[in-house]
Amino acid sequence: MALSRDGSPGWSAVGGGGTLRLAAYLLLAGALMMLDHRNAWLPRLRAASALLVQPLWRLAGAPAQWYEDARQHLASQASLRAENGKLRDALLLANVRIARMQALVRQNDQLKRLLDAAETLRMQGQLARVIDIDLDPYRRRIVIDRGARQGVHIGQPVVDAHGVMGQVIEVLPDTAVVLLVTDPSAALPVLDARSGVRALAYGSGHGDQLELPNLAINADVRVGDELLSSGLGGRFPAGFPVARVTALTPDRSGSYLRVAARPLAHLNRSDHVLLLRDLAEPVGPPPPASRVGPPAMLQGPAGAASVPVAAPSRARGGAGA
Amino acid sequence: MMRAGWQRWVCYLSLALSVLLLLLPLPDALRPLRPWWPALVLLYWVLEAPDRVGLGTAFVTGLAADVLAGALLGDQALRLLVVVFLAQRFRARLRFFPIPQQSAAVLLLLLNDSLLRWLIRAFAGMSPPPPLAWMAPLVGAALWPFVFLLLDASRARLRAREP
Repeated sequence: MALSRDGSPGWSAVGGGGTLRLAAYLLLAGALMMLDHRNAWLPRLRAASALLVQPLWRLAGAPAQWYEDARQHLASQASLRAENGKLRDALLLANVRIARMQALVRQNDQLKRLLDAAETLRMQGQLARVIDIDLDPYRRRIVIDRGARQGVHIGQPVVDAHGVMGQVIEVLPDTAVVLLVTDPSAALPVLDARSGVRALAYGSGHGDQLELPNLAINADVRVGDELLSSGLGGRFPAGFPVARVTALTPDRSGSYLRVAARPLAHLNRSDHVLLLRDLAEPVGPPPPASRVGPPAMLQGPAGAASVPVAAPSRARGGAGA
Repeated sequence: MMRAGWQRWVCYLSLALSVLLLLLPLPDALRPLRPWWPALVLLYWVLEAPDRVGLGTAFVTGLAADVLAGALLGDQALRLLVVVFLAQRFRARLRFFPIPQQSAAVLLLLLNDSLLRWLIRAFAGMSPPPPLAWMAPLVGAALWPFVFLLLDASRARLRAREP
């Protein structure tokens, strides 16, 4: 009996019962995939098992963290001194810039108050740290160490010092998943800073690239143009740098232009990111108009509407040029 | 009795580590080449401890990997099932192959899996994997001897420590 179990009958035992079990498991897996695809079960399951998933993510990110810490400890004094000097210079430069910006902001505030714009464009943000793990190699997402308990919510835009990175798509108690602009399922309304052409930028999924697939062939876009977020759709604030155009190719029909662009945000290198928090939506009736500035009858109907929207992008363009 | 307990812990620990290895950050260029660790580890245990590791273990491991990676629930579970089932089928032969030949068999299993992954992604309407991802089975097959020897050595060491 023992011999025959090792021989061919064992084969058939695996073949008979095994196939049945395989079929059952395959059906189960197929059903799970279908249900997940239709109803998005996975995020819910993940939210439920957040207590389990979060430590594991942190654990998987730990070696990278240790490596980074060790590298910083071992950096030689010379390089530190050089870096120190460079940072001092940069700080000086930044301080000068800040002083200039403050002057501009003050001026801007005054102008806005004069124009009777009720609210100044104030941006609140929250710093978050990127947990260095790869989720799915075919999607472009990152995990950050701020979650629902720190007030993060789905749809919040994420930026770094250089441009727009993406937006929050999933929130767990202490972590959140950010969909980068280069993910194939990401789309972002942009605006050519030079010509004002509006377009949608899609993530290309492969490499560090964005695509603007459906621009008319005669659209005024050139290589080297900077693309800003246009603020249409209300997700991203207007006027943040997004990408720089790298290539223009006409598509096969010859009537559309395929534009490739490289994101300005350092998607792979960013360590800290900034979560933008939009101002609370005003609830109830609008506040009474303030008494500052010229009376409403004197200002043009277009002036009040267009200036606050255009001002940030114009200021950006000016600073960049 | 104790030995079985030890072995079980080695088995589950190695499976958990293999799932965590999937999350380890890699440079962008190497990312599609990432070997599919859970499959390699499961293959070892199917060959060496078939009464402990079977379709159920494969399914649970795959689900855990899916929940952590968050792509599509059931995707890796299904693919691991297929790999493990094929390995069970040919276990009698695979077990006595020399290691290079085992590597070749692993390559075939992983290539078959790449095809399956491509199909699943096509059905789910996701973007197809990059062309470089077809080379991942080669990396997996090249790593097979190391996985095999490492797991074998750790198991033998634990066995030697047991009275």
